[in-house]
Amino acid sequence: MKKKLLALSLSLAMAFSLAACGGNGGNTDTPAGDGPDDGPIQVGFAQVGHESDWRTASTKSAQDVFSEENGYELSFVDCDNDSAVQLDAVRNFIQQGMDYIIIDPIVDTGWDAVLTECEDAGIPVIIIDRTITDSDKYTAWVGSDFKVEGLACGEWLKAFAADKGIEEINALVIEGSTGASATIGRTDGFKEIADREGWTILDSQSGDFTEAGGQEVMESYCQSYKGQFNVVICQNDNEAAGAMTAMDAAGVSYGVDGDVILVSFDANKPYVQLVMEGKINANFECNPMAAPMVDEIIKQLENDETPEKEVYVTESWFAAEDNVKTITVNGEEQEMVHVTQEVLDARPY
Amino acid sequence: MTTLKKFSRQQLFLPIVCVLLVLAVNIVYDVANGDVFYNFFKISMTNGIFQGRLVNILNRGSEVAILAIGMTLVVSASAGTDISVGSVMSLCASFCCMLIAGFGVSSVDSVTPASLALGFAGAILMGCLCGAFNGALVSYLGIQPMVATLILWSAARAIGLLLCNNLIVYVRVPEYGVLGGYLFGIPTPLIVVIVCVLITTLLLKYTALGLYIQSVGINKRASRIAGLNSKRIIFLCYLVCGLCAAIAGLVASSRITSADSNNIGLNMELDAILAVALGGNALSGGKFNLAGSIIGAYTIQAITTTMYNLGVSTEVTPVFKAVVVIIIVAIQAPPVKAWFNKRSAAKAAAKKEVAKV
Repeated sequence: MKKKLLALSLSLAMAFSLAACGGNGGNTDTPAGDGPDDGPIQVGFAQVGHESDWRTASTKSAQDVFSEENGYELSFVDCDNDSAVQLDAVRNFIQQGMDYIIIDPIVDTGWDAVLTECEDAGIPVIIIDRTITDSDKYTAWVGSDFKVEGLACGEWLKAFAADKGIEEINALVIEGSTGASATIGRTDGFKEIADREGWTILDSQSGDFTEAGGQEVMESYCQSYKGQFNVVICQNDNEAAGAMTAMDAAGVSYGVDGDVILVSFDANKPYVQLVMEGKINANFECNPMAAPMVDEIIKQLENDETPEKEVYVTESWFAAEDNVKTITVNGEEQEMVHVTQEVLDARPY
Repeated sequence: MTTLKKFSRQQLFLPIVCVLLVLAVNIVYDVANGDVFYNFFKISMTNGIFQGRLVNILNRGSEVAILAIGMTLVVSASAGTDISVGSVMSLCASFCCMLIAGFGVSSVDSVTPASLALGFAGAILMGCLCGAFNGALVSYLGIQPMVATLILWSAARAIGLLLCNNLIVYVRVPEYGVLGGYLFGIPTPLIVVIVCVLITTLLLKYTALGLYIQSVGINKRASRIAGLNSKRIIFLCYLVCGLCAAIAGLVASSRITSADSNNIGLNMELDAILAVALGGNALSGGKFNLAGSIIGAYTIQAITTTMYNLGVSTEVTPVFKAVVVIIIVAIQAPPVKAWFNKRSAAKAAAKKEVAKV
C-alpha cells in the first residue's frame, strides 16, 4: 500500500513538472514569434567555457558589445567544455526564437544536424574562434588565422636572427593540445618558415596549453637537448610560464639577455608585461575580441547585406627589442610592436 | 636460487620488475643512439639542483604517489575507488589560492606568512571535508563508492572555479613555489611523498589500523561482529584519501604558483587507481601493499618520461602508454601468473623425473 501511494505521488509530481515545462516553453515561444523588428536584438551565445584568461576576455568582450545600451539582449551559456551541453544550448536558443546565434564550437564536427535546424528556423548562425569542418550552414566565421600567427613568428625569428648575427637556429617547440586548430595552424606556419630557411626543429611535444604541461616538457627538453637549442617556441602564454620555471631550475638563461630566444603566443596582458621586462623575446597575439566583428556582421545582416563568410580579427605582434620594425607575412608588411609601458597600459586584456 | 624464488613470490616482485622493464627500454634506446647505457640514469648537480631523468620521474610522479596512498586505503577498506580525488585536488588548490589572494583577486605579488598558513590550513581542511563527505555517503548511507564519489568528481572542480571567480589565480611569489620547487637541491614534492609515506606506514604498522582496514576489506560483517567499527574505519579511509588529495593539490598548485582549476588534477584519479592496480593490489579490497602502489605511481611517470626520452610524437603517446599498461597488467593477471607457476611446476616435476631415472 505504502509503495503504491509513493508511486502515485511520484507520477503525479512528474506530470506536474512536465506540465510546468510545457508552460514555460509556451511563454518563451510567443514573444519570439512577434518578430525581431521592435525591441532589442536577441542574441544567444554558446561559449566554450572559462578555462583560460583568454576565454574570460572573449566572454567579457561579448558581454560588453551585446549590451542593452547597444540594443541587444544577450543570452549567454557557459558550456564548461562539454559539447553535449553546447548542442543543447543551441537547440534551446532555437526554441527561444533568438534572432542570432553565436557559437564557439567545442568540437569541430557533429554540427550539421543542429545547424540545419537553425537554418530551418531562419536563424543566422555566426561561428567565432574555433571552426566547424563538417557543415557550412553558418552565415559567417570570425576568428584568428593561426597559420598566419605561426608564419609571423617564423618571419620575425628570421629577421631577428639576421640582425643579431645568429647563423644557426635549433628550435624546440612546445605544442598546444593535440588536434586543436591553434596547435595545427601555429605548428604548420612556423614549420613552413623553418623548412624554407633550413632551421632545425629538434623536438616538438605537446604541453596541452597548460603551465604544468609546459613545465614538464621543458624540463625534459633541458635534459635531452642540453646546450643544443637556442630557440624555444611555446604555443601559448601558460606554457611559456611553465617553460620559464623549468629553464630557471635547469640554469638556462632566456629572453633579451639570455642564451635562448623565447617566443610565446596569445599575448595576454601579464605576458606582454614579461615581453616588456625582456623575459619573453616576442609574443604573437591571438585576439579574443571577436564580438565587435560579430556586431558588424549582425548590422550588415539587419540591413540585408551579405557579410563575408570568413572574417579574420586583427592581431598584433609584440617584441621586447626594437631591432625588427616590420615583417612581411604572406607578402603583406606588418608592424612589430616594441612593447613600452604605454603599449602595455593600452592593452584591454 | 631459493631466495630468488622466495622473492619472486612476493607481491612486490612483479611491480618492481615492471618498472625496471620500463626503465630498461631507455637503456636499449640510448645505447642504440650511441649514448652511454647509463645516460637515462645520470644524475648531475647544476644550478644547485639535482638534475636527471630519474629525478624528473621522482619529482613529477609525486602527485599520483600521494594520491595512491589514500586510494590504496580506500580500495582496501571499501572495495571501491574514490574517483573524486582529481577534482578535490583542484578544489583545494583553488581554495588555498583564494584564501591567500582574496576573493575575486586574480594575482598577488606579496604574501604574509600568516596568509600562507591560512591558505594551506584551509586547503587541508577542505580536503578533509570532501573526504568526510565521501566517507559519510559510502559508510553511513551505504552508497556505492563510485556513485558516492561521482558527486564530488563533477562538483568539486566547479566549486573551485566559483571560488576563484572563474579566473586563474596567480600567487607568483617564491614562498608559494617552495612546495612544488626544490629544497636543498632535492625536489620538494619527493620530500612530501617520503613524509606522507613514512607517517602512513608508521600509523599502519604501529597501531592496529592497518590490520583493521584489511579485515574490514576482507569481510565487513565479520569484522563488525568481531567488534570493529567497520563504518568508522571506512569513513576514516575516505577522510585520509581527501587529505591526500588536498596535499597533492597543494603540490600541483605550488609547482605553477597558481590555481589553474580547469587543469589541476585533471584525470589524475584514473592514474591513482591505475597506480594501485599496477602495485599488485586487488581492486576488490582486502589485503593491500602500500609500497606496491607507490611503485605503481612512479611506474606511470616512468612511462611518461620514457616517452619524452624516446621522443615519441605527442599524437601517438597515448597509444604507446596504453600498450605498456596492458602488458604490465597482463603480466600480473591471475591466469598468466597461474600459467607461469604451472610451467615452473612442470619443469620441476620433469627435473625430478630425470633425477629418478
